[in-house]
Amino acid sequence: MSRKKLLLAAGLSLALPAQAETLYELSGKVTAEARYFTQDAQFPQQDYSSNLSFTVEPEFYWEWNEGIDSLTFTPYLRVDENDNERTHGDIRELSWIHIGEDWELRAGLRKVFWGVTEFQHLVDVINQTDSVEDFDGEDKLGQQMINLSLVRDWGIVDLYLLPGFRERTTIGKNGRLRSGLVVNNDLASYESSAGENHIDTALRWSHTLGDFDLGAYWFHGTNRDPKLLLKNSNGTTYLAPYYEQMDQIGFDLQATIDSWLWKLETINRDTQSENYWAAQGGVEYTFYGIRNSSADVGVLLEYGWDERGENADAAIQNDLFIGARLTLNDVDSTEMLAGMSHDLDYDSESFIIEASRRYGNNWKLSLDGRFFSSDNPADLSYNIKQDDHLQITVERYF
Amino acid sequence: MTVLKKSLNSLVVLGLMTAPLIASAETAEEKGTRIAIEAKASDKGWQDMQTSMNMILRNKEGQESIRDIRLKSLEIENDGDKSLSVFDKPKDVKGTAFLSFSHAVGADDQWLYLPKLKRVKRIASRNKSGPFMGSEFSYEDLSSFEVEKYTYKFLRDEPCEGGTCYVVEQYPVDKNSGYTRRVAWLDQAEYRPWKIEFFDRKNTPLKTLTYHEYNEYEGKHWRPNLMKMVNHQSGKSTDLTYSDYQFKTGLDDNDFNKNTLKRAR
Repeated sequence: MSRKKLLLAAGLSLALPAQAETLYELSGKVTAEARYFTQDAQFPQQDYSSNLSFTVEPEFYWEWNEGIDSLTFTPYLRVDENDNERTHGDIRELSWIHIGEDWELRAGLRKVFWGVTEFQHLVDVINQTDSVEDFDGEDKLGQQMINLSLVRDWGIVDLYLLPGFRERTTIGKNGRLRSGLVVNNDLASYESSAGENHIDTALRWSHTLGDFDLGAYWFHGTNRDPKLLLKNSNGTTYLAPYYEQMDQIGFDLQATIDSWLWKLETINRDTQSENYWAAQGGVEYTFYGIRNSSADVGVLLEYGWDERGENADAAIQNDLFIGARLTLNDVDSTEMLAGMSHDLDYDSESFIIEASRRYGNNWKLSLDGRFFSSDNPADLSYNIKQDDHLQITVERYF
Repeated sequence: MTVLKKSLNSLVVLGLMTAPLIASAETAEEKGTRIAIEAKASDKGWQDMQTSMNMILRNKEGQESIRDIRLKSLEIENDGDKSLSVFDKPKDVKGTAFLSFSHAVGADDQWLYLPKLKRVKRIASRNKSGPFMGSEFSYEDLSSFEVEKYTYKFLRDEPCEGGTCYVVEQYPVDKNSGYTRRVAWLDQAEYRPWKIEFFDRKNTPLKTLTYHEYNEYEGKHWRPNLMKMVNHQSGKSTDLTYSDYQFKTGLDDNDFNKNTLKRAR
């Protein structure tokens, strides 16, 4: 790993400019987050009701050769009051981009997003989830890659070479919003004899045809989602991540017609232990300028399905999602989102509400509430049924 | 060369159109349409353009809020322009970028890049009347002028800052427009707009836009350095200042796709 990073650094320094025509820019943000848990914890060692956390994420940017070459460096650090595993650092991005006439080469640690749906990101497969950040899986770790992107009349083709794999971060014994048994990353194992050094590859095509935006890909390499095995270590039982190899094909489609967005994502995942299809699809409709104001209200409806049904080790296997988004379109960018998910197999539910607005030119305040209910121990969300919480986040941009 | 030929062609077409009208007197609608066609033709051939936009949003109490945007646009023959905007301020949306393929007729194609998620989202373009970045400019106010977007009626000639102006009433064709009509003042010498009055869906006066500090680029393309929009109903206003105009910088279709959107910054 460290040798690989060194090679990467050497490669980047070769590409760095000799002359002084370099544009440099520093930006970024610091955040403070406070959580208040409204119920007593379900598991031992989680015996607290409030949690403070701070993050810093600067972004350094250099550009030279009149923008043909650029380098972005985004380190990240979180310090958490209670969970030592949530206190962590990462390089979100350390990436060099070189632009050609109808192609570009991107190399380094980067983040790539694929997909169209809102409540689950099924086809988004390149980056590992930074799951200590939040339970929603939206936060990702930087992935080392070489990515050649070709722009053609018939679409954009992306070729990825992904040297090396990053393990999923997992919440520690003192963290809330985790499973009863703690995941111990020291016990991680791999199907591939190359372990975390397996070189993964991916090929993606994406295109716009009128009202339709579509993409298809093939991914070959280490499955970002680990199987969790029971293992003993020093007399304590842990969940031990086991990373299989997989071949995955994925397809995503969005149709944008008048005020409607129709969305579909589907994958087929083929691993040593299983071969299955899963899909997430739905619709978003926006009412613009409600009651002659500038405000918009968007209504979202999505359904998530997994061929494995209740045997799936995914949280979403037969789940329905409903949401509403209020955008005031005011000077302070005030927004509100409420969403509900209902598991049709287990009858469990979760409810989230998010609100945010800007204060002045550089501050942003967010209020979040997340509430869970589950009665069936076989349901994955049973683990977090007592982790209802309210969250306030203050962000300062610089 | 082809541009010249095209404008010559349109002059010939105009000549043919106007010739019989001299006898049977041009109606106000025909004259309004002719002015719009001539205005569009007079600015034809700018090819591509890059500029920086600064917006100062003021509320009734005079509180200010800043928006900084960089804009690249590409002229497309016989259709709306392509454009790529990057937001620098406010800082929480820094790096957010907006790609638009506007069309003279029908819905525009629009994508938004969200840098935090590294996500490109195709967005519905029906929201023409919504405010742009919380300002008094709506999306339709900032989109390129296309003859097909309105029907017209010539009202009168009137002295204005640019000499003598045609005063023309413009009726949006798109049912999603936020306006029943606009009244535009264009000078007769260069077809530069000096003032536009906007009337809301109830036909009540809503906003007034004035254009200031015109400069001529590439010998024929007039652009204002300042546009002031005042909302008479809310008391809010937005000043939009343009700087660093550059024309014919060599942009082409390859500068306007999802890849360029992702690294626009």
